[in-house]
Amino acid sequence: MKSDLAISAHGLVKVFSRGQTVRALDGFDLEVAKGTVTGLLGPNGSGKTTAVRILSTILSPDAGTAEIMGLDVVRQSDAVRRIIGLAGQYATVDENLTGRENIRMVAQLTHLTKSAARAKADELLERFKLTEAGDRPAKTYSGGMRRRLDLAASLVAAPPVLFLDEPTTGLDPQSRNDLWEIIEDLVDGGTTVLLTTQYLEEADRLAQDIVVMEKGRVIAQGTPAVLKAQLGTTVIEVSFASHDLADRASSLLTNLTPKPPIREGSLLELTVENGPKVAADVLRTLDGAGVELLGLALREPSLDDVFLSLTGHRTEDEVAEAAQPKRQGRKAKKESAQ
Amino acid sequence: MTMSPEVAMEKLSVAERSMWAFRDMRVVTWRNLIASLRIPEAIFFSSLQPIMFVLLFRYVFGGAIPVAGVSYVNFLMPGIFVQTVCFGAVATAIGLSEDMAKGLVERFRALPMARSAVLAGRTTADLVRNIFVLLILTVVGLAVGFRMVNGVGNFVLGCIVMIVFAYSLSWGFAIIGLKAPNAETAQLMSFPILFPITFASGAFAPVESMPGWLQWFAIHQPVGVVVAATRSLMCGGPYTNSSAVGWTFVWAAVLLGGFSWFAVRSYRKVD
Repeated sequence: MKSDLAISAHGLVKVFSRGQTVRALDGFDLEVAKGTVTGLLGPNGSGKTTAVRILSTILSPDAGTAEIMGLDVVRQSDAVRRIIGLAGQYATVDENLTGRENIRMVAQLTHLTKSAARAKADELLERFKLTEAGDRPAKTYSGGMRRRLDLAASLVAAPPVLFLDEPTTGLDPQSRNDLWEIIEDLVDGGTTVLLTTQYLEEADRLAQDIVVMEKGRVIAQGTPAVLKAQLGTTVIEVSFASHDLADRASSLLTNLTPKPPIREGSLLELTVENGPKVAADVLRTLDGAGVELLGLALREPSLDDVFLSLTGHRTEDEVAEAAQPKRQGRKAKKESAQ
Repeated sequence: MTMSPEVAMEKLSVAERSMWAFRDMRVVTWRNLIASLRIPEAIFFSSLQPIMFVLLFRYVFGGAIPVAGVSYVNFLMPGIFVQTVCFGAVATAIGLSEDMAKGLVERFRALPMARSAVLAGRTTADLVRNIFVLLILTVVGLAVGFRMVNGVGNFVLGCIVMIVFAYSLSWGFAIIGLKAPNAETAQLMSFPILFPITFASGAFAPVESMPGWLQWFAIHQPVGVVVAATRSLMCGGPYTNSSAVGWTFVWAAVLLGGFSWFAVRSYRKVD
């Protein structure tokens, strides 16, 4: 075992059998260096959460091994629990307890003395701007406050390794930003963070290393820049006043690019090798055909584009297929990203 | 205090581990009790149901049920007490499945705490709640004519006997709480078990009035034994049955051993 690794996993397999058999993890490998942030990226059902639950000792793997700071998550699970923190969508707070009581409970269960637990609660409430709300039951908290409390509770033992499972899912942009700043502070303090997310923007901002998962396996790994460079392309976005116009433009522009344009609503996306030249061609073609456009933008490929090129579908596709109501969330997400 | 990772739970002596398990249990018990105090409606309505049972049997059915030796209300109250503390086990199932659904159990499982503490804390909090409900029910009983005819000491002993049994039953319902997909289902799964064992028990009517096959079940099944033991202590006289008291403790020990082993095993394996 290399000593500079905070997290390492080799060949993890986890099979769930509820009605049908699902291989949630199917030979999952991961190495996270100490003091870094790794983003685990993938659609719903790709195995991100299962990976985090195994690494945080909540589940045991069916095959494979994993170590946190050199401690085996199965054989030395109790020692592992002393050096990790877990926060996110599933690990949560007790709604009926106040913020202060929640932190004190976790502190006492981490075997701090009563007075140390009390001091820790005060300190963390202060640090997470919850002092005023500290004596109110957590059920009165906003989504953002709840996530901050959850994160505060996971930091009771000042763990060197922190797991954040979709820490900002469902939060408004302001709260998300607050939480990102907190996480960045933690990383500056030397904490190793493994973060799962469906938000490419989040991984892009926080993570030095990105691991892309699909169907329980790692399908790509690298820095955001490297992953984007793999595409070696530019994306041209052209927007129109209506779907019909966009459709018409799409057929006009098909010959300009190796891949056909992708239409989303009244927006066309062209992924090309030589951005500026193709952009000029696009303008010339559309002008010649009398198709009016609202706007044109050149941008670096986003991680979403990376994901699309790796898997052939966008990150949210499976989410939308899996559950119709989640479309709402998807829409909200798009808006907040703009 | 902080421990270096090397001083893991598994390296501690049995005595030290038991001490930590006890302290963890105490923290979780505290949390459960605080949480229920924050929902006064739940306390109110959970006390209301046994009171309704007392009034229902005392005034609606009671007149039609002949019993020997004591007045019907004195016959009835030990039975209602036992029924009430047994039904308290539903709270264990519901409470645990709620904690599972809300993700609190996930948080607990990632903490360096004793694996038994979540379950022990739940069952202990429910034991405390049972004592509280018994107090209320005693007051209600006294108001509708119940008297401690065999002395206050024996009445208290009767309460202890049934509380011990109810605690062991609670561990069984903890298993339901861990296995049920949600709180509603946990509740629905609990009733088909609780109804036969509490009603086919001699709690409300003398077992002699039942058909032979049912009589055998009512006398020998655990809740029937506890009802006989409680009535023996609270009523005395023709109801004296010291072997039932002994058998209650045997049942409680057997159930507690089996249920807690299986519950902790299920808790470890939950996914």
